[in-house]
Amino acid sequence: MTATSEGPAPEAPLVEHHVLEYPGGYTRSLGPALSAFFTGLRDGRLVGARTADGRVVVPPAEHDPRTAAPLGEWVEVGPAGTVTAWTWVANPKPGKHHLSGPFGFALVRPDGADTALVGVVDAGVPEVMSVGMRVAPRWARVRTGTIHDLEAWVPLADGAAPAPAPPNEAPEVGEEPVTRIVCPIRLEYEINAGIAPSRYLRGLAQRRIIGQRARDSDHVYVPPRGSDPMTGAPTEIEVEVGQTGTVTTFCITNIAGLSELAPPIPYVTAQVLLDGAATPWFGLVTGCDPTEVRMGMRVRAVWSEQAAPDARTLVGFEPTGEPDAPYEHWKDYA
Amino acid sequence: MGAVRTAVIGVGQTKHTAARHDVTMAGLVREAVLEALEDAGLDFADIDAVVVGKAPDTFEGVVMPELALADALGAVGKPLLRVHTAGSVGGSTAIVAAKHVMAGVADRVLVVAFEKQSESNATWGLTIPMPFTPPLVAGAGGYFAPLIRAYIRRSGAPSHIGHLVAVKDRLNALRNPKAHLHLPDITLEQVAESLLLWEPLRYLDTCPSSDGAMALVLASERAARSAPGPAAWVHGTAMRSEPTMFARRDQVNPQAGRDCAAAVYRQAGIGDPRRDLDCAEVYVPFSWYEPMWLENLGFCAPGEGWRLTEAGVTGFDGEIPWNPSGGVLSSNPIGASGLIRFGEAAQQVRGRAGGYQVPIRRGRALGHAYGGGSQFFAMWVVGAEPPA
Repeated sequence: MTATSEGPAPEAPLVEHHVLEYPGGYTRSLGPALSAFFTGLRDGRLVGARTADGRVVVPPAEHDPRTAAPLGEWVEVGPAGTVTAWTWVANPKPGKHHLSGPFGFALVRPDGADTALVGVVDAGVPEVMSVGMRVAPRWARVRTGTIHDLEAWVPLADGAAPAPAPPNEAPEVGEEPVTRIVCPIRLEYEINAGIAPSRYLRGLAQRRIIGQRARDSDHVYVPPRGSDPMTGAPTEIEVEVGQTGTVTTFCITNIAGLSELAPPIPYVTAQVLLDGAATPWFGLVTGCDPTEVRMGMRVRAVWSEQAAPDARTLVGFEPTGEPDAPYEHWKDYA
Repeated sequence: MGAVRTAVIGVGQTKHTAARHDVTMAGLVREAVLEALEDAGLDFADIDAVVVGKAPDTFEGVVMPELALADALGAVGKPLLRVHTAGSVGGSTAIVAAKHVMAGVADRVLVVAFEKQSESNATWGLTIPMPFTPPLVAGAGGYFAPLIRAYIRRSGAPSHIGHLVAVKDRLNALRNPKAHLHLPDITLEQVAESLLLWEPLRYLDTCPSSDGAMALVLASERAARSAPGPAAWVHGTAMRSEPTMFARRDQVNPQAGRDCAAAVYRQAGIGDPRRDLDCAEVYVPFSWYEPMWLENLGFCAPGEGWRLTEAGVTGFDGEIPWNPSGGVLSSNPIGASGLIRFGEAAQQVRGRAGGYQVPIRRGRALGHAYGGGSQFFAMWVVGAEPPA
């Protein structure tokens, strides 16, 4: 274990692009109101709900916004409507907007409704847009009971009647109500590892395990977070810990995770108290049959062939073959 | 000026089940809320504030679900607050609501917690892949199984102790029509032979994944006196938390849990929980957490919890029944599970627990919840009589 007197050199933290997305997409059980709405969209109709005071809200609310009473009277509205507010998107972004040319975002109040829906208006140029503008739906030819069944709103000449929805070309869409939908939700962002974890990850690329020591004690934290969780004080003293350690406890996992990066089952994950560290490192035990892993077993680091500033560079730990460490040495580190 | 005396005057919950494809999240919470309001003899118009709890947004992929639920909860024009403390959230939600009443800012508060886990997969939602970290933990079991192994090593408990809890809580659930799992034929052998998921945890040692909601109506003493049914009086509330990782952190018997229990017992005047309580509804998501929490909550000395479980002390007819409702091992809509514990403790002291009612002699019960990596703790003690 070697300590350096200087603090870590300032270096830009590592940043990784990350996508958070539930495989297959979240489902939504629609209940009576939204089932009526999405079934309507599939069939080329706009459906709202009548509230206790006689207003019509669209999309239909399940419960009255004023009285909290359940609503159950579904009302067909529109399909033509009036723009009540709008803004213009001059430079649509591929993948962000579903129209490729410039368009308007607008609130559209369908005829017969007392509330407005948010939607896109495929108007070509902003000069066409105005509050009070008449619009009609452009229905998708393939409609499956999603919000995309109403592809866009298009300008409607004063006094003109909106065109009916074209026949649905979706294969295998029956007459049954739509009761569940899949909601594709995707969060894409840059995650900053932070200064101290970045030092740790860059150390891994050199096959070194770098922790940080608390200011007021001999506790060495691996991986470091930049502060002592017991005091909140910064941990400025960098320490390289040993590449051997002791398994304090472990689990044999027989259930597949939902990440394609997860190891094949069964696999062993352990808390490994590295020689010189005060907190156990969590990760894989390899190099032996899962049934041979035991508490107190001595292990050494296994490195990936590819050295990168990434936690996967430290693949895990394998048995050293040394005698097991006595219980008293590690019992407080489970 | 002291705190306003506070009571539970209404309790309602859904029939918990694997998937409620027939209702929205709003429809699900309404079932619990309407039952609680009816129990309290109230309507939405009588409610001053609404507090909502649920666990991570990764379960349903809805951020700020409370906003979408405002009309279903009759919260339009009222204070509406969402609480989130991982698995302990149901407990902290009840405590946040109780403090509205104790502080004198509301007379009647509606509390609701829910989870609709069927909209995704809880194993994924609890352990989402993250950058810089290999995806090695599959679900909560992957996190807690090593701690259970450490407990077994530390206490010398025989391997069947967990299975005893798995059977006991499932048999208790047969008395509770709202419980998710009803396994009338469950045996120790069946648990011991069930699939090994996260050694040493087997399939039947593990809680189910449920859709469900729980609701309470909390009231000031003045409002509670005019309630049609009995009240469960709040005698103490406490929350504590600690970091996931620090030097010599005792994850098996966490400091935050011990401190939280000590604080709630002090407020409620509980000297010995085993002697002074009639029952406890404790968050036991994996069977072994009963002996572990028996020690953490001071029902016995460290290392002795498994002996209480083995001797049947926590059984339905035991000296201090734990989870007479069937507990988290029988129903686990995660965001609601803590509030179910708090609400079931209230039902016991109200004498409203039906088929799983235990004798109320000392007049008090404990509700408990924990969450995260055993980081968040929330507890309350409720009583049949108002606090002195």
